Amino acid sequence: MDMGKDLVAASATPLVLAILAEGDSYGYAIIKRVAELSGGHLQWTDGMLYPVLHRLERQGLVAAKWSASESGRRRKYYRITREGRAQLAAQRQQWQVVDGTLRGLWMQARTA
Amino acid sequence: MTAVIDQPLEDQIAQWREYLRRRQAFHGSDIEELEGHLRDQLAALTEAGLAGDEAFLVAVKRMGSLDALSREFAREHSDRLWKQLVIGPGPAEESAHTGYTEMLVALGLAVAAALAIKVPALFGLRPDGGAEMFYFRNGSLFVLPLLAVYFIWKRGSPASSALWLALPFAAGAVLANVFPFRAHGDTERLTVLHLPIALWLVIGFAYLRNRWFGDGRRMDFVRFSGELAIYYVLIGLGGIVLIGFTVMMFKSIGMNPEWLIGGWLVPCGMVGAVIIGSWLVEAKQSVIENMAPVLTRLFTPLFTVLLLAFLGTMAWTGSPIDVKREVLIGFDLLLVLVVGLVLYAASARDPQKPPDLFDFLQLLLVASALVVDGVALAAIAARITEFGFTPNRVAALGENLILLVNLTWTAWLYARFVRGRGSFATLEGWQITYLPVYAVWAALVVVVFPPVFGYR
Repeated sequence: MDMGKDLVAASATPLVLAILAEGDSYGYAIIKRVAELSGGHLQWTDGMLYPVLHRLERQGLVAAKWSASESGRRRKYYRITREGRAQLAAQRQQWQVVDGTLRGLWMQARTA
Repeated sequence: MTAVIDQPLEDQIAQWREYLRRRQAFHGSDIEELEGHLRDQLAALTEAGLAGDEAFLVAVKRMGSLDALSREFAREHSDRLWKQLVIGPGPAEESAHTGYTEMLVALGLAVAAALAIKVPALFGLRPDGGAEMFYFRNGSLFVLPLLAVYFIWKRGSPASSALWLALPFAAGAVLANVFPFRAHGDTERLTVLHLPIALWLVIGFAYLRNRWFGDGRRMDFVRFSGELAIYYVLIGLGGIVLIGFTVMMFKSIGMNPEWLIGGWLVPCGMVGAVIIGSWLVEAKQSVIENMAPVLTRLFTPLFTVLLLAFLGTMAWTGSPIDVKREVLIGFDLLLVLVVGLVLYAASARDPQKPPDLFDFLQLLLVASALVVDGVALAAIAARITEFGFTPNRVAALGENLILLVNLTWTAWLYARFVRGRGSFATLEGWQITYLPVYAVWAALVVVVFPPVFGYR
């Protein structure tokens, strides 16, 4: 399935925040997790995740720290902040509204 | 996960890193982060059975095209190449105005401004014949609308937004000339000082097109303003040299060129230089692009020392501040300066960097400015209760309070940031959110003060 660009872009923030809400993580692992959760349907161009992470960092929704990875290289780990959790909760409600509305429409379409 | 030790692969990675490094949008730490990602991906792919070079191809492909990637990074980190972004948001727009046409437009507008300031003289309003105040009141109105036109043209803004931008200029022109100011009164002088500040906000709208309210692009306008101020001073210095030579050479052949200098060179140069300076900032930033932040770095420690020395001396000798009219304005200017230092330090700072020594210095500067201003305010308040309100005192007091609110909250945010409790982005956000307050207050002074104080 080829997802529309706008939809991918719009869902990036809640996805990243939700994954970081599960625990601290880093870029590569976040992308793997998204692919895994979506059964491979949500494929990001890998590099595009980083501008998103940097934006969230600038907005104070996530905090970042460089620390050593298991391979010995430095790696930038991201952690969700309190503001990030609040933002995630807000986005969650918005997405539920969209989801609920579409679901209602499609249920009608099926029964009609 | 095993570290990849494969010489050809290492070479390829090094080459890829080099490609990234050549793009201005990526900083060292971004490249390191992306390289880490690439290596994780490579490790996973080789574990899945791909050979080194195959894995490299797949990993690089998944990373995305460098063009698209650097565009995304540039969009997020606009501070790194703010000028490229503002000048040409996309390749399509860039081709519309070539450098040559732009130069012609800028020159044309500068000449138009220079001619505009000579037009009133045709109607008998001569700068040396008793109409000086007319020129002081309207000075900004001769050039800022043309500067707005330049940005409207440059950004390709629609005609409707141009009409909206024309309204404040028209309002300013009407108010500055319809109010029956008493000759050389306080309210007239306040209008002279405040009208340009209020109208500068309109330039901000024109500069940022419709993005003023949207994202954090206001900082770009702050950067632009700082660089323009520096260019303007440089052009002015050049102008002084030019005038010096003109006088010297014509006097040597027995002619007095004063009418040329006072009547043409100075007024036309002063308005034209605003447009030329803006065009230079837009077109040739790379030359002295980082001047404002450099000056900030240089003067923050010096001003901190000055303020601390002043406080120390005052505490030591116990002599109070002698409140005269200039003192009021002087302390306002001091706060403006400190706000400026904070603002320009913020404009050049990477918001993600942890606090360093310079941040402590800035906090110290802001804190000591607050103390100094508190002392001055107390003295001024005492004077006002003793001698009553005048337009000057109210204007100065209002400005003082506005700056004080800004600096108090800045100090609080800075203290949080230095202790690792808050992010620098919040501080930067506060500064740029506060920007319109200055212009709105200036507009208030222009619109409300003259009638309220009876045009005295």
